[in-house]
Amino acid sequence: MTQQTPLYGQHVALGARVVDFGGWDMPLHYGSQLDEHHIVRRAAGVFDVSHMRAVDVEGSDAVAFLGHLLANDVHRLQVPGKALYSCMLNEHGGVLDDLIVYYRGPGRYRVVVNAGTAAKDLAWIRRHAEPFSVRIAERDDLAMVAVQGPKARALTAGLWAAAHSAAALALEPFFATEWGGESGLFVGRTGYTGEDGFEVMLPAAEAVSFWQRLLAAGVLPCGLGARDTLRLEAGMNLYGNDMDETTTPLESGLGWTVALNTPRDFIGRAALEAQQRSGVPQRLVGLLLEERGILRSHQSVHSPAGEGHTTSGTYSPTLERSIALARVPAGTGAEVEVDIRGKRLRARVVRPPFVRHGKAMISL
Amino acid sequence: MSNNLPAELRYTKTHEWVRRNSDGTVTIGITDHAQHALGDIVFAETPESGRALAAGDACAVVESVKAASDVYSPLAGTVVAGNAALADAPEKINTDPYGEGWLWQLTPADVGAVDALLDAAGYQSVLAESEE
Repeated sequence: MTQQTPLYGQHVALGARVVDFGGWDMPLHYGSQLDEHHIVRRAAGVFDVSHMRAVDVEGSDAVAFLGHLLANDVHRLQVPGKALYSCMLNEHGGVLDDLIVYYRGPGRYRVVVNAGTAAKDLAWIRRHAEPFSVRIAERDDLAMVAVQGPKARALTAGLWAAAHSAAALALEPFFATEWGGESGLFVGRTGYTGEDGFEVMLPAAEAVSFWQRLLAAGVLPCGLGARDTLRLEAGMNLYGNDMDETTTPLESGLGWTVALNTPRDFIGRAALEAQQRSGVPQRLVGLLLEERGILRSHQSVHSPAGEGHTTSGTYSPTLERSIALARVPAGTGAEVEVDIRGKRLRARVVRPPFVRHGKAMISL
Repeated sequence: MSNNLPAELRYTKTHEWVRRNSDGTVTIGITDHAQHALGDIVFAETPESGRALAAGDACAVVESVKAASDVYSPLAGTVVAGNAALADAPEKINTDPYGEGWLWQLTPADVGAVDALLDAAGYQSVLAESEE
C-alpha cells in the first residue's frame, strides 16, 4: 500500500512514469531523465519532495534534546533561519538517518528527515525525547517542493509578494525564512542538486496551485531519476545507499558533520571516538571510470589496499562519463579497478563533488 | 504506450526484434516498447563477432541512466558483428530502435527458427497481457 503526495494528480496529468520510492508513488521522470537533469544545471526545475517528513521539535529543552540526538551541534545555530546538516546515530555510531535541522527561534526547531526512514526516525526521536521537556509534531499537513537551478530563485521569488520575495532573495545559502505562521510558507536556500535554489514547505492544500504557478513561470517538472544523478554529481550521499545503520559518518565521507570539539554527549559519540582511536578502517571516495561502461551500486572495487564496493553509481549527464561513490579500505591509492559483469575496468579515485554550479570539479 | 511494431519483423517475449536479411543473416535489436520502458540509453555493450550464441543467451547489455538491462539472443548462431556506432551514439536505440539502433547481426544456426518467433500480433498480445 503506497502513499501519494498532494501533487500525485499533477504527476499523472503530466504523464510521469510513477515508481514506488520509500513507500510513496513518486515521479521517476516526465519523459526524459537526461533533459530534466540538464534543465536543473542550466535553468530551473522543480521536484516534488513532499514524501520527506518535516518534524517540529519545540520546548524549553529543545536545544538540549537535539544536542543529545544529533551528531552535528545545534548550538551552532544562533541566528533564526539557520540550517544545519546532521546525521542521527545509533549507540554504535551507525547512521539512522541524515537530516536538515532549521533553527526557527528560541526553543523552536524544524527537522526534515528522509521518507523511507520517517517512521523509524519518529519512533527513535519520541523515545529519546521522553526525559526532555519537548513537543514533537509530525508535520504531515505540509507539502514540500525543491526548485533548483541557476534561474530557480528568481523564478520562484517572482511568485511572491514584494516583501516576501525580497526576504527570500536575500537569504544566504543554508538559511531559511518564513511568513504566514504555521499555515504559511517556509523557504530555505537549500537543496540536493549542487545548484542554487529553494526548498519550499507549504500547506498541502496549497501545493497544487503553487506547483502550477511554478510551471507557468517556466520551471520544468523533474523526477527522482534526475534528482539522483544531480545529487551524485554534487557528491551528496543518499541514505540507504552510501550510508546506513552499519556504517559511521567517519566511513561515509561525513566526518565534517560530526562535532566533537565540545564535550557535548550525543548518541553514538563514544563509538565514534573509539573508531577514531583505533583508526577508521574504510572511507567513502569518488570514482571516475576511465573506460567505457557504467558504474552502479554494489560493484566490487579492487586495489592493492584490498577490496571495497561502490555504494552509488551512474552515468553523469554533465560530465558524459560514469561516476560513483565507493567505500574502500583506508589505504586505497589513486587508481582502482571495478568489476562490471566480470570485467575489471580502471577507475580513478577523486574527491567529490564531481560537479557544482554546472561545472566539472574534477579533471576528466 | 508505444505500439510501433513493424509487420516484417519477428519478436520475443523478452522484447527483442529480429529482421531477416537477404544474405541469410539476421539483425537483432530491442523493441520500441523496450527502449521506451528503459528511458534514456547511455551505454550499450554488444557481442563480439565470431561469438557462438545459444538461444536465450544474455549477450548484450543496454544501460539507461537508471539501470542496466540484459538483452537475450532470440536465436542460436554465430555473431557477424555488433553495432560499433552505438559506442559513441547509444541514444540511437531510443531514437531509431528498428534502424540505426540495431544491436548485433547473427548467422542463425537454423534459419527456420526465425519463423517460430512471435509475429507482430503475437508480440502485441504479450504486451497487452503485461499491461493487465
